[in-house]
Amino acid sequence: MADPLHQFKVQPLPGLDFGEVTLPVVGTVHLAFTNSHLAMTIAFLAVVAFLAVFTSNAKVVPGRFQVVGETLFGMIDGLTDSIIGHDGRKYFPFVFTIFLFILGMNLLGMFLSFTATSQLAVTATFGVITFALVVIVGIVKNGPGMLKLFWPSGAPLVMRPIVGLIEFFSFLLRPITLTLRLFGNMMGGHIALKVFAGFVATAIVGAAGWFGLLIFPLSMGMTIGLTALEFLVAFLQAFVFAVLTCIYLNDVVNLGHGH
Amino acid sequence: MDPQAAKLIGAGIAMCGMIGAGIGVGNIFGNFLAGALRNPSAAGSQIGNLFVGAALAEALGILAFVMGILIWIS
Repeated sequence: MADPLHQFKVQPLPGLDFGEVTLPVVGTVHLAFTNSHLAMTIAFLAVVAFLAVFTSNAKVVPGRFQVVGETLFGMIDGLTDSIIGHDGRKYFPFVFTIFLFILGMNLLGMFLSFTATSQLAVTATFGVITFALVVIVGIVKNGPGMLKLFWPSGAPLVMRPIVGLIEFFSFLLRPITLTLRLFGNMMGGHIALKVFAGFVATAIVGAAGWFGLLIFPLSMGMTIGLTALEFLVAFLQAFVFAVLTCIYLNDVVNLGHGH
Repeated sequence: MDPQAAKLIGAGIAMCGMIGAGIGVGNIFGNFLAGALRNPSAAGSQIGNLFVGAALAEALGILAFVMGILIWIS
């Protein structure tokens, strides 16, 4: 059976491998235009082109694509507004950008042979950017008062240092869970897809003998069902990333206001 | 025991963490359905909370899944 992990291999595109290059500050690196790079570029261009096309000739009665764009825009706008509250508009561009980019990469992963969000390096970058923004916004807005985030005012006095310590570590764990949730969901889904697609191939080439007649319809149906599920997961994970970004931002933006 | 076999068995055992994620996600959706049937008019506004809760519960299982994959391919 084919190796289901082969699809996650990052490899240089033919003709675009520049070999070892010495850069001024970084030093010697292996420079190449990889399939991961290509998938992210296509996702970026698709998102920009989609939004540019639907906003360029916006009509009062929207067409099909304008409705899609307006729905996505309105959804994230409602999200920042309802979770962060009064200041939500300020953080809308960041949340919308990260949502659309992740959604673009997830959905393109269903059409291309490579999913950029199933690379730990890509999702870790998103997790670290979000975490860094939360920490920077918290320090700029609250100064040293940001430490109140870890001080549970509702707990009994004896318990407060212990609960505060747990809160602190769970705060530090946020970028890791953000990263691994997206990475694990996309990788797990695509592995499952390829495993069942591999069963179909096994049945068709006759490696399973007459059992193939039983295996083929079962695993073909499973592949179709999983593909539909993966489209749902692709949207859901981008949405969940956006919601969690809003929740984490809300923690530091409205600190102490008991929003 | 053959180290290769021990590694594969270990990867399989690491996947047991997903049991907890399954119980957690099932609990969330089951309780949501129970609540939604009692008060259907309030259910629509809680869909966002439902999926965030499911994602948070699932993340802990994903940690075990990633650990299993790491053991498998290392």
